[in-house]
Amino acid sequence: MTTTTPAPSPGAGPAPATPPPSPPPSPPASPPAAAVRVRGLRKTYGDKRAVDGLDLDIARGEIVAVLGPNGAGKTTTVEVLEGFRDRDGGEVSVLGADPARAGRAWRARIGVVAQDSRDQAELTVAESVRHTARYYPAPRDPDEVVAAVGLADKARARVRGLSGGQRRRLDVALGIVGRPELLFLDEPTTGFDPQARRVFWDLVRSLRADGTTVLLTTHDLDEAAHLADRVVVVRDGRVVAEGTPETLGGPEARVPVVSWTAGGVARSRRTTSPTALVAELAATAAGPDGEVADLRVTRPSLEDVYLGLLQEADA
Amino acid sequence: MTATAPVPAQHPSVTAPAAPARPRAPLPGVLRLGLVRAGVELRQFARERDAVVFVFAYPILLLAVFATVFGGDTQGADGVEVDFARYFLPGMIATGVMLTSFQTLAISIAVERDDGTLRRLRATPLPATSYFLGKVLLTLATSLVQTAALLAVAALAYDVPLPSDAGRWATFAWVFVLGTATGTVCGVAFSSLPRSGRSASAVVTPVVLLLQFVSGVFFAFYALPGWLQSVASVFPLKWLAQGMRSVFLPDDMATLEVGGSWQHGATAAVLVAWLVTGLVVGVRTFRWRRRDDG
Repeated sequence: MTTTTPAPSPGAGPAPATPPPSPPPSPPASPPAAAVRVRGLRKTYGDKRAVDGLDLDIARGEIVAVLGPNGAGKTTTVEVLEGFRDRDGGEVSVLGADPARAGRAWRARIGVVAQDSRDQAELTVAESVRHTARYYPAPRDPDEVVAAVGLADKARARVRGLSGGQRRRLDVALGIVGRPELLFLDEPTTGFDPQARRVFWDLVRSLRADGTTVLLTTHDLDEAAHLADRVVVVRDGRVVAEGTPETLGGPEARVPVVSWTAGGVARSRRTTSPTALVAELAATAAGPDGEVADLRVTRPSLEDVYLGLLQEADA
Repeated sequence: MTATAPVPAQHPSVTAPAAPARPRAPLPGVLRLGLVRAGVELRQFARERDAVVFVFAYPILLLAVFATVFGGDTQGADGVEVDFARYFLPGMIATGVMLTSFQTLAISIAVERDDGTLRRLRATPLPATSYFLGKVLLTLATSLVQTAALLAVAALAYDVPLPSDAGRWATFAWVFVLGTATGTVCGVAFSSLPRSGRSASAVVTPVVLLLQFVSGVFFAFYALPGWLQSVASVFPLKWLAQGMRSVFLPDDMATLEVGGSWQHGATAAVLVAWLVTGLVVGVRTFRWRRRDDG
């Protein structure tokens, strides 16, 4: 499967806002409508094609999750968009500029939350956020940002002493303190406990409410389902599927599964009419108490759909 | 906009730029951000107590060890002799400058490349120039404090006479500034060599130690074999030490120098050559990312 345009789904959360494929979007206004536009991106390391003809569009104000197995080319793609890495081919426009040539003014408009940072160990949380804010022309209030990521009571603590989850929240604070128009989040909730993760999701949603565009890479399908307006699945350096978390993979990937136990044997069946099947089971497979053993109706989660898509790509 | 602005209310546009979050507000200046960075650098340095102790105490301890072991001995020949502590003070100053500029900087930048500091800064509108300005100011501050402490210990504890004429202090000033600048840019250039932050001090320290042994820091330079003197003359530490000797030793000691004089011109030339080389190499090889990041 290649680049599928999501089926229009009225009422399915915020509009996916993918630019229509055939008629080009309206001529570029002074703030271009697209936050990110990538066409045919290629990047090779030696013989390995890390990114191989990748297309990506992200509208302003959208939260887009990029999913894919390790080595699929997610990180390389994001690093090209951040301006960290040169590309070997293709067109890339981020906030209307080519990241390979963009300067300070452009970097003031993006925010990057990378993985695996251990820097600034000797500063306190508040010092770290405050001095970073000074790099930017119109930063957010550092103390408010520290509070927003839930580190207000750690503001005077040294960064060295933070737990893994607190450290990640500080990374997020440093990524948003410059008031970016586009925020790159690379596996942001690794090491969060479930409650902190929920709080973080609320924070990201509030950023979107402020008009921030978010590009999220994650292995956490649950996170993508909760946060993303649109999900893009990358494999072998190209996009193999995209859509809203509700429609990814198309209807056939979302057929519910009814499972039950009959005669000590676990059974299951995919069906588009689970209610009818349950009624039939009630009539034919119920025990003396009128119950069907272990009866369950499961709708495939985003994770099931995602894993199905990858298997399909393998085949 | 402050209350003193005599602009009446019929010009609301005048106050508009003060509104928060204007997307095209001007970027902060390079110099101002350099000072911000210097503040951060100093704060972080001061909080790494082990590094502070090492940087400030190492040259002083060396001087103390030499002065104690060889206490009462004199250094020199042919009737021109000075007290041991006095003879080795210039070498300790030179080694201290090399320590704070070259060694500390090369290691700290390699570590910052490894721990993600540089990558994070690269994603912000901080100009590279401001980052380096912060490093230079930190280096200057630590070198000054370290040298002042060394001079104080030498003068008070070991009765080393300090020069009293302005000419010698002027020589001290240019040798010190040029040596620090050269050490700084060479440290930046050298920081790209270690593969990781962990290996940084293992890669940098032997270079420094070797240079110290051949450059007349631990032994009198005139006592080294000729070929070793030639090798050492290629590198800046020998000239930095010699420049410092010209400040703190009596003028008749110049006859003990290999060239028979203090060679200020050659000192300046070699240091400037390394300054320029370090700058060119540093600009071309500086990386914001780890080598294994591909």
